[in-house]
Amino acid sequence: MDLSLTEEQALIQDTARRFAESELAPQAEALDQTKDREIIKSHCKQLAELGFMGLNVSGEYGGTEAGPVAFSLAITELAKACASTAVTVSVTNMVAEVIQAMGTAEQKSNYLPRLCDGTWLAGSFCLTEAGAGSDPSSMRAQARKEDGAWVIDGVKQWITSAEFAGVFVVWAVTDKSAPKGKGITCFLVDAGNPGVTVNKAEKKMGQHGSATNEVVFDGCRVSDSAILGELNQGFKLAVTELAGGRIGIGSLALGVGQAAMSYAMDYVRERKQFGKPIADFQGLQWMIADRMTELEAARLLLMNAAYKKEQGQPYATEASMAKLFASEKANQACYTALQLLGGYGYMQEYPLERYSRDVRITSIYEGTSEIQRVIIAKNLLSDLGR
Amino acid sequence: MKVLVAVKRVVDYNVKIRVKSDESGVDLANVKMAMNPFCEIAVEEAVRLKESGAADEIVVVSMGPKACQEQIRTAMALGADRGIQIETDEDLESLAVAKLLAKVVEEEQPGLVILGKQSIDSDNNQTGQMLGAITGMPQGTFASEVNLGEGIVDVTREVDGGLQTLSLKMPAIVTTDLRLNEPRYASLPNIMKAKRKPLDVKTPADYGVDVTPRLKTLKVEAPAQREAGILVSSVDELVEKLKNEAKVI
Repeated sequence: MDLSLTEEQALIQDTARRFAESELAPQAEALDQTKDREIIKSHCKQLAELGFMGLNVSGEYGGTEAGPVAFSLAITELAKACASTAVTVSVTNMVAEVIQAMGTAEQKSNYLPRLCDGTWLAGSFCLTEAGAGSDPSSMRAQARKEDGAWVIDGVKQWITSAEFAGVFVVWAVTDKSAPKGKGITCFLVDAGNPGVTVNKAEKKMGQHGSATNEVVFDGCRVSDSAILGELNQGFKLAVTELAGGRIGIGSLALGVGQAAMSYAMDYVRERKQFGKPIADFQGLQWMIADRMTELEAARLLLMNAAYKKEQGQPYATEASMAKLFASEKANQACYTALQLLGGYGYMQEYPLERYSRDVRITSIYEGTSEIQRVIIAKNLLSDLGR
Repeated sequence: MKVLVAVKRVVDYNVKIRVKSDESGVDLANVKMAMNPFCEIAVEEAVRLKESGAADEIVVVSMGPKACQEQIRTAMALGADRGIQIETDEDLESLAVAKLLAKVVEEEQPGLVILGKQSIDSDNNQTGQMLGAITGMPQGTFASEVNLGEGIVDVTREVDGGLQTLSLKMPAIVTTDLRLNEPRYASLPNIMKAKRKPLDVKTPADYGVDVTPRLKTLKVEAPAQREAGILVSSVDELVEKLKNEAKVI
């Protein structure tokens, strides 16, 4: 057994770290405070040019072909500096991967190069609706056949990167008579389609830099060639192909947690109270030891899930476990790290309050912690009889 | 034209270094290593020469234990075409490095050799100059600008009094200063391709060079801790202290 990174993985991790430290970190606070999309857009462009948008996409389509382990490492490093940028990169990578996995040759050559090279700064998934979150099969958006074209109508909510995405992966009900979840189809819709409207950005608790919008499909016409995968098989695609995104969000959470603890550890060695650095107090040492042990375990779970995916083995259960554990433990790490800074941690002058706001969503988006537990238990229990 | 670039594996510039408790050297256990920043500038300059069409091949060389292949791969990811690693566990001194480089120069016959002006670990600032002395090649050290002409290279040097421009006959040696260029990030597809670029592994014996150290390190100490300053209440007191206590005026 070998837990070490390959030379390429280490170099990609190093490049992501350097980019994050030199380009993202100096502007992360400004991005959070001003929500200036021009900052994140210019970073996305640079990241695409360096090959971060198609990490697991074939070179034939302009991807990097670096694999899921490198993807996880890169997202963690980017998230240490800026969670908003990391989530945009993670989701765009997943859009590209889903198109690569399920798309026709024409769809792949049409969409992948532009996602990978930064012509489009992002791609978006349009799955969630106001009334369909953890239970996406209850979605109301529908697509009906009219004069040989599909007409999509519906409202999708909380769509990451919608403001500057070039392509939307949209789920809609195509067979209302089918049992729940069996009549949903997935479509690829260009952002320029006249039937698409991106509404104003949501006001969020954290990750202010990333765009999160409502997207309205009103008489949005697409042809048969826009169907991704098979007709009426879209829901299966959503539940199977999106498992990789959980590795992305878990890796993001890990990065934020590590950044928070790393800041706090530097602080406790400098900060003096009662005549000595507060790092000398055993009570604080134990807090640090616990959080760092949990983050290390989260890292290993993520590496394991990514490795299984890279080997072509089933990895959905491992991805859910990694996402559940990493996001929960990263939340605790940010809480502890802020606590270690005391009153300073609560001040916006220090990055801990931003980390704490940014990390909070990681146990919610890409499947809540509760849904991860449902998936894990269901997979484990259904495997028992084999 | 062929460009030869030498790169060195050093402790990453972000690392807070610590001296070993037995004072025999710097503690390298579990320390992040990276390419010497001045060597990165050297690689970048070579890549720019290739992109401009002035150079057609970039050969990168590093010396040391197997791990220094990482820095060779990094240089390849940035645009070098092939690599040479001279493998040795010996603690290489500047002279040994310069002698080995001289042999590589003899073998490769580059039009230009680009090195960092110094490495951030030992800060010797010797190798380029020694290579010049051994090979007889002209040298332009501390370069902040490099312009290629017909058979010559103009090197603008950062010297104490300002800038000095030398015109060197090629083949020549250039050592890079901080302001020569700003190195790029390696693109990920190029990182993936670097693995497929050829890397020759040699030993000092292959070149017939004796790399046994000639210097003995007696002791490595951390710099003295800086003591806290004091606040003076008036200019008069300051002048009095500078005169009588510090004795600097």
